[in-house]
Amino acid sequence: MREQLAEVLDPYKGERGAVIPILQKVQEKLGYLPEEAVKEIARFLRTSEGDIYGIATFYAQFRFTRPGEHLLKVCMGTACYVRGGELILDAVQRELDVAPGGTTSDLKFSLEWVACFGCCALSPVMVVDNTVYSRMTPSKAKQILDSYR
Amino acid sequence: MGFAKIRERALAEWEALELSGKPRILVGAATCGRSAGALDVLQTFNAELTKHSLDATVIQVGCLGMCYIEPIVEIAKPDRPRVFYSGVNADIAVQLIEDYLLNDNPRPDLALGMLGEGSLDGVPQLFDLPVLKPQVRVALRNCGFIDPENINHYIARGGYSGLEQALQMTPEQVIEEVKRSGLRGRGGAGFPTGTKWEFCRRAGGTPKYLICNADEGDPGAFMDRSVLEGDPHAVLEGMLIGAHAIGASEGYIYCRAEYPLALERLDIALRQMEEHGLLGDNILGSDLSFHIKVKEGAGAFVCGEETALMASIEGKRGMPRPRPPFPAQSGLWGKPTNINNVETWADISAILQQGGDWYAGYGTEKSKGTKTFALAGKVNRTGLIEVPMGIPLRQIIYDIGGGIVRDKAFKAVQTGGPSGGCLSADLLDISVDYESLTAAGSIVGSGGMIVLDEDSCVVDVARYFLDFTQKESCGKCVPCRVGTKQMLDILKRITQGQGEPDDIDLLLRLGQTVNQGSLCALGGTAPNPVLTTIRYFRNEYEAHINEKRCPALVCKELIAFYILPDKCKACMICQRNCPVDAIKGGKKLIHVIDQTKCVKCNTCYEMCPERFSAVVKVSGETIEVPDEPIPLGEKE
Repeated sequence: MREQLAEVLDPYKGERGAVIPILQKVQEKLGYLPEEAVKEIARFLRTSEGDIYGIATFYAQFRFTRPGEHLLKVCMGTACYVRGGELILDAVQRELDVAPGGTTSDLKFSLEWVACFGCCALSPVMVVDNTVYSRMTPSKAKQILDSYR
Repeated sequence: MGFAKIRERALAEWEALELSGKPRILVGAATCGRSAGALDVLQTFNAELTKHSLDATVIQVGCLGMCYIEPIVEIAKPDRPRVFYSGVNADIAVQLIEDYLLNDNPRPDLALGMLGEGSLDGVPQLFDLPVLKPQVRVALRNCGFIDPENINHYIARGGYSGLEQALQMTPEQVIEEVKRSGLRGRGGAGFPTGTKWEFCRRAGGTPKYLICNADEGDPGAFMDRSVLEGDPHAVLEGMLIGAHAIGASEGYIYCRAEYPLALERLDIALRQMEEHGLLGDNILGSDLSFHIKVKEGAGAFVCGEETALMASIEGKRGMPRPRPPFPAQSGLWGKPTNINNVETWADISAILQQGGDWYAGYGTEKSKGTKTFALAGKVNRTGLIEVPMGIPLRQIIYDIGGGIVRDKAFKAVQTGGPSGGCLSADLLDISVDYESLTAAGSIVGSGGMIVLDEDSCVVDVARYFLDFTQKESCGKCVPCRVGTKQMLDILKRITQGQGEPDDIDLLLRLGQTVNQGSLCALGGTAPNPVLTTIRYFRNEYEAHINEKRCPALVCKELIAFYILPDKCKACMICQRNCPVDAIKGGKKLIHVIDQTKCVKCNTCYEMCPERFSAVVKVSGETIEVPDEPIPLGEKE
């Protein structure tokens, strides 16, 4: 793990307030924050693992379990909600049999809800990996999920 | 290199673009444009140009704000007016290349508007369109017209002339100019910007920091995203001006991680600034030295609050702290810090470019200038707008917004995100400014504006906002942490048909406690959606509590779907599409919904062909239908 993370951590040597960017870069590299990674980050920053978990668990961005192949985010911001966002989330949960924050048993999809992508005028919105799908309906959601399966 | 030379080169490049004798194709490809298919359109244009061996310049631009008809494309042919097209897809792109580029037929039937001299068969001037006419674009001045990844475009249109001007003034003079403009913080608090700068200028201590708050946490708000994606330099120039005025040497941009395109554009813009001597030591040969770092948010709404934001930059949990001391005296790492919102910084560069008096010429006496709003919800023309402060709310919703979708009845407009409130129909003539909205119980906030119609349940909307603020509460203050949870539980009970007679008073009392006992604005304003909806829509709460009825037919536990036996034609569309197989019936057998299985997903209601309209949604009543499917035409 140390060698794996060395190139991520080294540029931050001596920098103040670097813990959040470090956590972000490590998650970008590994897909989530495994225990060994947190240990290594704590060692690098000369602080306790408890300290790191205290910071990491505060922020919704950080995951501590392995994500699925595709990261699915359904927007539950106000504009999307008012135009049926909850129906989309319900439809996705039903289709994939997974709750927000979890991963499907076949490890294909991880589901998250997000407060807002800033695409409010094209609500409801769903993002799969880096693709933004707009003007969603429950049936469109099913179609899109099928295209990834 | 002196600025004069930089500007000369930029203008030359801009002119060369216009006089190149080559057509220009500008495609609006900000995040919303992309979600509507803009990248596909871009690809198609490039492919078609190659196919026909045509030489044209294709540029990706930011958002014009008309999200409801994206993707938007501008085609500028030499010696022709500029023509704008909306709702462009790959097919239309192919047609435009063939018809306009090859055969000089601009296809007025596809055109949205035009700019420049000349006329086109019934196509209006772009800024005469009802959606654009009332708008005054200051923060958004360049969005949709320039390549945000080309600093020369920004400079050619007056960019960095504000900085040039500011560097010839003393810091105190710059602060005076900002005060004269009457600019108030556009992030939501509306604090006079010039005054805030003065506090920080007068504070002792080095280094001084500047922060650009680009967290934009309000769901429903995307103004800052559009500015950062479409014209990042407007913000960066503002920060440089601020650095000179305040005496700051380091800046941070705290941008939410959910905006990857904005982050990318910022990185490119910062690099270009360095290349042009606009960032770093001795900027443009002056005494000003300034460095900017970008920090990504990590998914915490509370980090939009200034002290929580600073804690986050310092690598801590984003928990607010009491003020005083204010950031101007003691902010980042205990040093004097000035923090402003993205839009405020973008306005600053315009103000130093065109003058404080010019900006103060717009707006009302206490709310000067212009404000962006993210218009979303049940209006026809959803998108990003910028209007003079003081514009009547009605004008925004009906003239600019084009009224309610499917001509349904307007119910309320929610402004200011989770910190704001719902304004009812009799407030439609209210002037949109800081004081007026606050007096009505809401706030201008960051600019989110969500329109609700007769099909929206305000109790459900209040519950939705409490759900959000309760999740995002950092937990420090008991009234916020526990109070929002209790208010949420009460609202959940009400929407689930378990409301009790004392609930409304309880919500009002709790709301007061949460508001008064919270350290920061998250808790302080969390009760607002509840308080305003009770104030203006008490009857809806009473229907839920006393009659177990949801007038808007939204709250799942209070609604039921029925298939009317005399209207059902047994077409089986609803049965095939029901996600939980709750519909019994078959060919020539009337369909029946099994109420024990129904999950109220709305699918059958939406899919029943309009000419049959056999599915009804009701609340507070039951409809007599057969228990089992009966043959078509037979009545039990």
